Amino acid sequence: MYDISTLFAQLLNGLSYASTLFLVASGLALIFGVSKIVNFAHGSFYMLGAYVALTITSAMPSTSWGFWGGVLLSALIVGLIGCLIEMTVLRRIYSAPEVFQILVTFGLVLVFQNLIYEFWGPDEVLAPRVPGLKGAASIFGERIPQYSLALIFVGPIFLGLLWWLTHRTRWGRLIRAATQDREMVASLGVNQKTLFTVVFFLGTFLAGLAGALQIPKESANLQMDINIVVEAFVIVVIGGMGSILGAFLAAVLVGVINAFGVLFFPQAVSVLIFIVMVLVLIFRPNGLMGGRIIPQRPGDLSIDQPFRLPSKRMKLATLIVIAVLMLLPMVASSYLEVVMSEVFILAIFAGSLHFLLSVGGIVSFGHAAYFGLGSYAAALVATRLGLPMGVGILAAILSGAAGGLLFGWFCTRLKGVYLAMLTLAFAQILFTLSIQMVSFTGGDNGIVGLSRPAWLNSHTGYYYLSLLAVTVSTWLMRRALYSPFGFAFRAGRDSAPRSAAIGMNVARIQWAAFIVSGAFAGLAGALMAYHRGSVFPNDFGVSTTVDALVMVLVGGVQSISGPLIGAFAYHIVAVELIRNLADYWRLILGLFIIAFVLGMPQGIVGAFMHRFGKGEK
Amino acid sequence: MSTLAVNSISKSFFAVKAVQDVSFTVGPGEIVALIGPNGAGKSTCFNMLNGQLRADSGSVVFDGYDITREKPNQIWRRGVGRTFQIAQTFGSMTVRENVQMVLHSVHDRLSGLWTPLVRSYRAEADALLGAVGMQDQAERACCFLAYGDVKRLELAMALANRPKLLLMDEPTAGMAPKERNSLMRLTASLVRERGLSVLFTEHSVDVVFEHADVVVVMSRGKLIAKGKPLEIRDNPLVQEVYLGTGAFLESSEIAQ
Repeated sequence: MYDISTLFAQLLNGLSYASTLFLVASGLALIFGVSKIVNFAHGSFYMLGAYVALTITSAMPSTSWGFWGGVLLSALIVGLIGCLIEMTVLRRIYSAPEVFQILVTFGLVLVFQNLIYEFWGPDEVLAPRVPGLKGAASIFGERIPQYSLALIFVGPIFLGLLWWLTHRTRWGRLIRAATQDREMVASLGVNQKTLFTVVFFLGTFLAGLAGALQIPKESANLQMDINIVVEAFVIVVIGGMGSILGAFLAAVLVGVINAFGVLFFPQAVSVLIFIVMVLVLIFRPNGLMGGRIIPQRPGDLSIDQPFRLPSKRMKLATLIVIAVLMLLPMVASSYLEVVMSEVFILAIFAGSLHFLLSVGGIVSFGHAAYFGLGSYAAALVATRLGLPMGVGILAAILSGAAGGLLFGWFCTRLKGVYLAMLTLAFAQILFTLSIQMVSFTGGDNGIVGLSRPAWLNSHTGYYYLSLLAVTVSTWLMRRALYSPFGFAFRAGRDSAPRSAAIGMNVARIQWAAFIVSGAFAGLAGALMAYHRGSVFPNDFGVSTTVDALVMVLVGGVQSISGPLIGAFAYHIVAVELIRNLADYWRLILGLFIIAFVLGMPQGIVGAFMHRFGKGEK
Repeated sequence: MSTLAVNSISKSFFAVKAVQDVSFTVGPGEIVALIGPNGAGKSTCFNMLNGQLRADSGSVVFDGYDITREKPNQIWRRGVGRTFQIAQTFGSMTVRENVQMVLHSVHDRLSGLWTPLVRSYRAEADALLGAVGMQDQAERACCFLAYGDVKRLELAMALANRPKLLLMDEPTAGMAPKERNSLMRLTASLVRERGLSVLFTEHSVDVVFEHADVVVVMSRGKLIAKGKPLEIRDNPLVQEVYLGTGAFLESSEIAQ
């Protein structure tokens, strides 16, 4: 066991990290509180702060004034860039559904990653130690860097400053008022646009400051954005969306758990934090200090047309498309066969997300969890047990369904952003486990060596298997969508009070939908695993979820054939981008996502129907 | 036996005693109005009857069953239909699908995964839509309906499980006077036809006195009067609550 001085030193380390977490999370909480934007790009401002500070502090004189002045200047620059982005991009999506906001801000994440890579390169950079705080203090015989000790005070100081700002100044009162009811504030004659821009400046300033303050402790790298934003989300969710004091308490909690977790459960630190979040959400569904979120007035995008049964012409068209796809291998190159097989597999995955998102309105922001469960189940069955592919696929479907069973039970107790964050948390738990349980999952290297039976070894053979799978899956999911169960699921989205008033148990129906969706996502994961012959932790990663979200979005969230069209359009574009513009694909993909959400939020199918369809509007 | 018996229910939110010791009954075939000024506790009272809130004390007995601690979906299955102050329908379904949705729940067929919903209970749904005069709009998307039509659709949905009691929360809120009376006349005729009882809350006094058999008046969480509309109209306590100053002047004059 550890002696008391080690534990105390670790506590101080935890508190020091809590300050960084608090700065990031309080900015996120402010922005969410007022603008209700789920700012996934918040970690990018943190990363930007770190890199900008590296450049600026190295240009400043190496005195303590030079360092602290440089840090402040960097934070201001980041805040100004935040302002610019708020005014050009985010301002257009305030009334859009959460999933669009998450996607746009994720587009920003990609853009930032690419630009920072362009300007600062791929290497990790560590700043020199801070003038005046270069030494280490000795506390109970443990040596702790002076800089870490100084950071401990930054969190409480900014908590005080923010308290003063929000309780003693006019702008602060407006921010608090807008957090409670922004429509009321607007109708009292307050210029909302300026208020939102100021809040976004403040939030990104805090994130930039946190990033800048982190550079003497931790080298700046290109992964720091996603890591910090996921942690910041966890903190904001634990603390209660929009509550600054809650964010502080949660940051301290997470910082300390992190520090002690490293000592006692080095394998499972991040899992520990997510477990804390799950527990908090079960007992306090709105977080520690969070009030009830006032539901926003629905925007135009939430007016949805009914799902109509396909007409005779549609059925005929579908048959023709299937026939063409069956004949395609006769003329296509084997490269096209491979790409199309991937399109089919991804279409199953996107379809399973579409079922939750579009039919039932559940933002499954950790949908990769089921995909990864499927791929890893298939890989483990194949390599550890040496069983044939059929068993692997069955195991994958069951694992995906089991994931839906377990996660759905927790998730259906929550709503909106909390639900989205909880699904993300589950995916991140699995992501971390798949990296850390090296002996079981192969860690970062994944599992390789899945072999297909001889008759499926050719690209053509696998093409036909994928085509069969996507046809059957889509057909089954459509049946579910048009069935009483699918309608009941949609009913829960349309009106929860009415659903309860006609004797439905909304949570149970949603739970069942999680299981159905998980099973299909698991199937997609297994097919992809056998397609590549390998599985990697990224199967559980945020980018896998975002891929599926973008496919659903590109096709059209409220279109039944959206996921199919979306998987086709998106995958072809993504593959070509990576092939031809390897260095810029993130930038272009990010801009593409942003432009698509802003310009064509109803998706390809939606835009087509709007133009040529028989809609009522 | 009365259809609904409310026995001295109370509910507090922290220090605020929203409803104190309220009792009344709704007899078979009766239309009962629950009225009172803003903040009187009508909505709290109402939400305790339909299961959205749980009473701190007292009991609610429907059709011989104690439903005080039941959830909204259980209460509905016992035969209590309801409409909401802001009509709650399923916006992304057609008018007929809305009713078919309810009918599937009535017949316990919600877990079906195979036969499309639109194929079942079509005739039954059309009959209900006919009863509220909505059959010609059956194919329309619910989100494009006029508000008066949404209200009528909601009524059809509330009637789908042949309830014995219909709870209507401010049925005419947000409607034009003409629409308002036609909706209440429709409700009254359906009630007589089907022999069900109605309890509704209402702000509009003309609707109350024209359509209610019995009026229950609440003020500041307490029940202050119940009786036939004419008795209520002449009740000095009710006048005091609604007109306030007149009664106050009188009593101060007496004091002098």
